[in-house]
Parts: sequence; C-alpha cells; structure tokens
Amino acid sequence: MNWQSVSMIYRHEMARFFRTIWQSLASPVLSTVLYFVVFGAAIGGRIESVEGISYAAFIVPGLMMLTVLQQSVSNASFGIYFPKFSGTIYEYLVAPTGWAEVTLGFVGAAASKAILIAAIILVTSFFFVGVHIVHPLWMLAFLTLTATAFALLGFVIGLWAKNFEQLQIVPMMVITPLVFLGGAFYSASMLPPFWEQVAKLNPVLYLVSGFRWSFFGLADVPVGVSLVAVGLMIVVLLAVIRRIFVTGWRLRD
Amino acid sequence: MPPIIEIDHLSKQYAGGTRALDNVSLSIEQGEILALLGPNGAGKTTLISIICGLVVPTGGTVRVGGHDIRTDWRAARKLIGLVPQEIALEPFETVANSVRFTRGLYGEGPDEAYLEQLLRSLALWDKRDAPTRALSGGMKRRVLIAKALSHRPKVLFLDEPTAGVDVHLRREMWTVVSELRASGVTIILTTHYLEEAEEMADRIGVIDKGHLMLVRPTAELMGEFGRKQLTVELDAPLDALPQGWADRGITLSPDGRRLDYDYDARAERTGIGRLLADLNAQGIGVRDVATQQSSLEEVFMSLLENGGEARR
Repeated sequence: MNWQSVSMIYRHEMARFFRTIWQSLASPVLSTVLYFVVFGAAIGGRIESVEGISYAAFIVPGLMMLTVLQQSVSNASFGIYFPKFSGTIYEYLVAPTGWAEVTLGFVGAAASKAILIAAIILVTSFFFVGVHIVHPLWMLAFLTLTATAFALLGFVIGLWAKNFEQLQIVPMMVITPLVFLGGAFYSASMLPPFWEQVAKLNPVLYLVSGFRWSFFGLADVPVGVSLVAVGLMIVVLLAVIRRIFVTGWRLRD
Repeated sequence: MPPIIEIDHLSKQYAGGTRALDNVSLSIEQGEILALLGPNGAGKTTLISIICGLVVPTGGTVRVGGHDIRTDWRAARKLIGLVPQEIALEPFETVANSVRFTRGLYGEGPDEAYLEQLLRSLALWDKRDAPTRALSGGMKRRVLIAKALSHRPKVLFLDEPTAGVDVHLRREMWTVVSELRASGVTIILTTHYLEEAEEMADRIGVIDKGHLMLVRPTAELMGEFGRKQLTVELDAPLDALPQGWADRGITLSPDGRRLDYDYDARAERTGIGRLLADLNAQGIGVRDVATQQSSLEEVFMSLLENGGEARR
C-alpha cells in the first residue's frame, strides 16, 4: 500500500474543498434552514409528534442523511470525473498507485467533506430544535459508514460518466428520489401497510432508520439489518471499483 | 550494463480490430536518447502508453529496469516519468503544488530542496506560486516535465514534446532534453519531425502501421536516408551538362535552367564549393541557390521500397 499517495490524493481533494469553503458550506446550511422552516415550522405545526418525538426534531437525522448522501455522491463523482475531463487522470494511472490507494484517497476525502457538512447541519439544527442523541457513537458509526458507502457509489458514477450530464443524472434521478422516499421526513410506519412494504425495498430506508435509531432509539427496521445493508453496499461497490481498475474500463485503452 | 527497457514481441489490438502495434521488439540502453519517428497513427503513442501503464497490451512483454510492467508494475513505474502529448494540468493548482502532488503519487515524501533545484533548472522557480492556468504554453510543457521528473525517474518519456509549438520553444525544449541527458536520464521521445530526432537522439526508431521498421544510430540513419540536395537556378539555360559533371551526381533539368546536386551533408567534402567554383570558372551565371533535406515522408518511402526490417 502506497500510503504517501493516499495521503496526497486525500489532501489534494480536501484542499479543493477548503479553497471554496464558503460555497461548500453555504448551500447545505441554507437548504437545511429552509427545510426546517418548511417542514419543521409549517408542516410540523400540523404534525405534533411522530412516535413521541417532535416532528422538527424527528426530521433532523433525515436531513443530515439527505445531505450526507447528496454530498458524498457529488463530491466523489466530481472528484474522479474532473481528472478524466481535464486529462490529468493519466497521472494516477502511470504512478505506482493501485486502485485501493486511489479509491481510499478520493472516497475518504468525499466522505470527510460530507461528514463535516453533516456536523454543521447538526449544529445548525440546535438553533431550531432541542435534539438529544441517545447513541452518539453509533450515530458517528452510521454517519461514517453511510458517507463511505455513498462516496463509493459516487466514485463509481464518476468512473462511469463520459460527460457532465451523466455525472448529474444518477444523483438527480436516483439518489434524491430514494432519499425522499426513504423516510427522511416521515416514519415508514406512517405509510399504509402496502406502501410500507414497498418502502422497505428502498436501501436508503435502512440507512435513515439506523441513523434515526442512533438519535432517538426508534427504528423502522432492526438496526442489525441497517448495518448489514450498509456493509453489503460497501463490499459490493469496492468489488465493482476493483474490477473497473483491473480491467481498465473507461480508464485505460 | 543491462538495457533499461526490454520490449519483447509487443502487440496491441484494440477492441474495434485496429492493430496499433504488431510484434515489436526493442532494447533501450541506459542513458541514451531514443527518438521514435512515424506519421500520425503509426503506433508511437501506443508503444509508450503501454510501457507507462496507460494501455493494456494484447501480447508480448515489457521490462523496465528488469521489472515486468504487468507483474511487477509498482517497481517498474517508479522508474518512469511521462510527459504526455496533450497539456493536462489542474488549472487552479500552483506550479509547486502540482509538482509536489505528482511526487506524492509516486510514494515519495516532500523534498523542498529538490523541488527548488528542479523548478530552477526548468526556469519555473519564479512561477512556483502561479496557478498553472496563468502560464504560457511553453511554461505549461515545462511544468509537465517538472512533474514527470519529480520522483527522479531513470527513464523519461516525452510524447511529441514539440507538437504545435513555435520554433523558439522547440529550441528551448531541445536544450532541456540535452540537459536531462547530461544528468543521466534515459529519454524516449516520439516525434514526426526528422530534424528534431536528428538534433536530439542517439538512435532513431521508425514506426509505421504498428511495425518497428528499423532502429539505427542517428548518424548512420541520416547518412543513409538523410541526404541533402543543392538546387542551382541558372541565369541562362544550358544545352547540356559540362563533361564529367554527371559522374559527380549533378543533373540538369529538361529546360536547362536548373542544376540538382545530391550530396552527403556529413561528408568532410560536400563538393558544393567545387561545384560553385566550376560554375564561376565556366562563366555560368547563378540566379539562386537553395538546399533541401529528405523529408520524413521520403525516408519512409525509401524504407518501404527497401522492405525495411526491424533491427535492434
């Protein structure tokens, strides 16, 4: 393992984030405030509580998860796509740096950025609602695993994409609907039985559920199932990335 | 000393069926400059892309410093630096950070003293904090060279280093290459300029349609194929060549207004002085004089006509 190159890729990607720190942070913080205003204040006024928790507090884990998923995917996909677009990808391919180092550098940076933004959203939420975290270490574990899993997904999208349209289409057409239908703003138990079963086909539901459990001790699905789901996603995506690098698909001729 | 690069029966056939390289074998000695000449699409870039790890071969083997590029790729790639044909740089990164980044990718820790020495040698030290997007085309190419040398490689590949650059920059690049050679780096460059290969290379390899047609010392190749021709425009037409001139390789054009003289530019006596003196002695007025060298196309034609074979 070439740790020097992992560190260099990671620091290089983080430097890009810090170069545009205010743009990177302003957008998610503003979105969160708007979600609190719309969902917390306007709709929350009509829904007093969900399973004994105020609606405004109930949506905090979902909002964090929404941002983590979007940021992980977009940061990782853009991170690897930009060198492909600018032609500098050759540097990674001719260096004595394997798929594991490149993946760890890019995915680690994308996940770190997403976690940092999630932390800022959590702090922002304290200005609107009182949130008590029941299992803080599990919250960190779910946050890290989910950010990693979706950064891996973003990395695959970036490797696959041939243009900026393709880079955006998966997050826009797949990730966002899955998050909205994954219980970010409601509990699956609030759905009619048929739709509750349909919702359980959505992998994001397991992530949001596990994450919400770490906050309130309440979950739509067993926590063990959530952990297995996110773990499985990481393993499958790592296998896909390894395959892409070994075969050189869309990287080498 | 064993060759630094050993290429054995290397082939590449793309998915579409195009055979970019066909059974190429070649040895490159440590410290030499080898120029790979050939027209566009000949297979030059494919060859160096395979050695550097950008293209996967469909047959044959390559060893760099004794390390197989597929089974022992980490050790092989540590010895290699690549300057690509296209200028590819992160536009917002500074020159110094860009070079530091490449060094890190090769697993090397920071070495600010070497960075300064490298940037100074390439006249980039004053621009070390400038973003690469603010540099001229020539400077960008030098940044690419600095990046390729950031981990002190033993072999440097320059893919069309002077493609699309002006004469001044081309000369500048030649100077950089000679300085690199002086420092002991083995250099493999691709070009389609015969003049460039002649100026820089110890040996020239000619590739066409994926075949390595020959590899010869530059002086030998230029002596054989790089002949020059002197053209003399006359004031008044001649009815015939003076006696004995035809034996010296001088020909008269059908209209009698032009003399052509093929000569070896490297010979101790080219015969040009004698020809001009003879013209003067015989009272033949000269309107204009010009010389021209065999073009790359003519060299290829000559090779094809001779059924050129790959020779190590």
